[in-house]
Amino acid sequence: MACGELVMQEIRRRYVLPGDKIAEGNYRPLMNVIRTGNAVIATRIGIAETGRDGVKVIPLSGIYIPRVNDLVIGKIVDHTSLSWEVDINSCFSAHLPAQDVFGRDFSPARDDMSKHLAIGDMITARIVAFDRTRDPMLTVQDRDLGKIPRGELLKISATRVPRLIGKRGSMIQTIEQATQTRVLIGQNGVVVVTGRNPEGIKQAVKAIRMVEEEAHTANLTQRIKVLLNVPETPQEAQANSAVTTPKPQDQPVQDTMEEVEEELEAESEK
Amino acid sequence: MTQTRNLIDENGKRTDGRTINEMRPVKIIVGNIKNADGSAYIEFGKNKIVAAVYGPREVHPKHLALPDRCVLRCRYHMSPFSTDTRKNPAPSRREVEISKVMREALEPALMLEDYPRAAIDVFVEVLQSDGGSRCAGITAASVALADAGINMRDIVAACAAGKVDDKIVLDINDTEDKEGGADMPVAYMPRLDQITLMQLDGKLAPEQFNECLDKAVEGCKMVYEIQRQALMQKYFGNETEVKEEQ
Repeated sequence: MACGELVMQEIRRRYVLPGDKIAEGNYRPLMNVIRTGNAVIATRIGIAETGRDGVKVIPLSGIYIPRVNDLVIGKIVDHTSLSWEVDINSCFSAHLPAQDVFGRDFSPARDDMSKHLAIGDMITARIVAFDRTRDPMLTVQDRDLGKIPRGELLKISATRVPRLIGKRGSMIQTIEQATQTRVLIGQNGVVVVTGRNPEGIKQAVKAIRMVEEEAHTANLTQRIKVLLNVPETPQEAQANSAVTTPKPQDQPVQDTMEEVEEELEAESEK
Repeated sequence: MTQTRNLIDENGKRTDGRTINEMRPVKIIVGNIKNADGSAYIEFGKNKIVAAVYGPREVHPKHLALPDRCVLRCRYHMSPFSTDTRKNPAPSRREVEISKVMREALEPALMLEDYPRAAIDVFVEVLQSDGGSRCAGITAASVALADAGINMRDIVAACAAGKVDDKIVLDINDTEDKEGGADMPVAYMPRLDQITLMQLDGKLAPEQFNECLDKAVEGCKMVYEIQRQALMQKYFGNETEVKEEQ
């Protein structure tokens, strides 16, 4: 604990605009920064963090740029005889090879691709390959990846995703418990809300929109709790009971969501 | 052009009451267009200009895409109601040229190599013009690009200087542009200390040229501060320090 606090103290945060000098000296440039001479310069609007391992800027605006191993939610927009084209809310359209779904012995003549995934379907997928020279390639061959059967779809800015998840998933847990919904979040800023109660879904969407708009402000979790009428003190007990209570229907979808959350939490912790 | 009247009076005041080193009032609002990825509205004296940035996004038609970097496309356009007499909305020779110089003024600040095979579209629409609209357009477009979250080396600020009644003055307005001796629009990256646009319409002696350029750069630095304030206001409100969540 004491060690954790020590690390926390060493990270210095400040607001920056493109071109601002963050630090001078032998720092490692990590994310959204460039080195010019001895100085580290911000390239985006955001919060600069100067830590022991280097300097980075957490951006507050911008579109989604794919990264390998990201979990994304995408929409099938087209297919060729060998792959599906997936819109992943980015400037690059992703490809899901048909072999990924049908296996090595896939034959375009024999297998009907639209039986598995039709144009307009939403999928949860992981990015397996992406670099400067080629478009992102996806896979659905992992536990709980694949087609999303139902839910309310909304898009938020990809830069708001870590905030929506919160520290160790605190924000999204608060929303899910208060509204009796499950929230599936893709790193690309696409969010799917499912639940039995339409009123709950409406509330969850409202809360997510609020997180998106006020992402950079302090004490947001508190304000979300006020919005959703969450009592403040017994939250821990409630959290434990809600996690253990099995929810009716949507069992596979729930698994998918929990998996995604774990992934994203791990991602945000990094 | 022969001068028909004095543009600077005996008290050293210009046609709109400014002194020679005074800029017109500048106001910038960030994020006024919800549909765009980034946007800005600028009032530079009587100029009223909206800039919107879309992207990085897929390039259409596909053959325009570059394999190693992003395509930057700019469109400067004056609304038919932006001038005294109706302006034909079709792109004129002047608008095509300004679109080009605007693109070239913004390009050095952008890290286009970060987005290969993509395109960034910048639209600058002049709602009301009063001289110096290309500078105001570049200023607004640069803020809109930062708002869109595109990787930038620096923010581009632009301001003009010129010669009026044989005196070098800051920030030429429409009357001074038409009746004055010279007009020099300059776009400048303050942190990198680099000029990305410099045009000159008129005649200047070498020493006048230097004075004019220095004055324009000073103007750019003033504009830069206003750009910073506008962006800070939109993203961080009145806070200047990061507050830790409890």
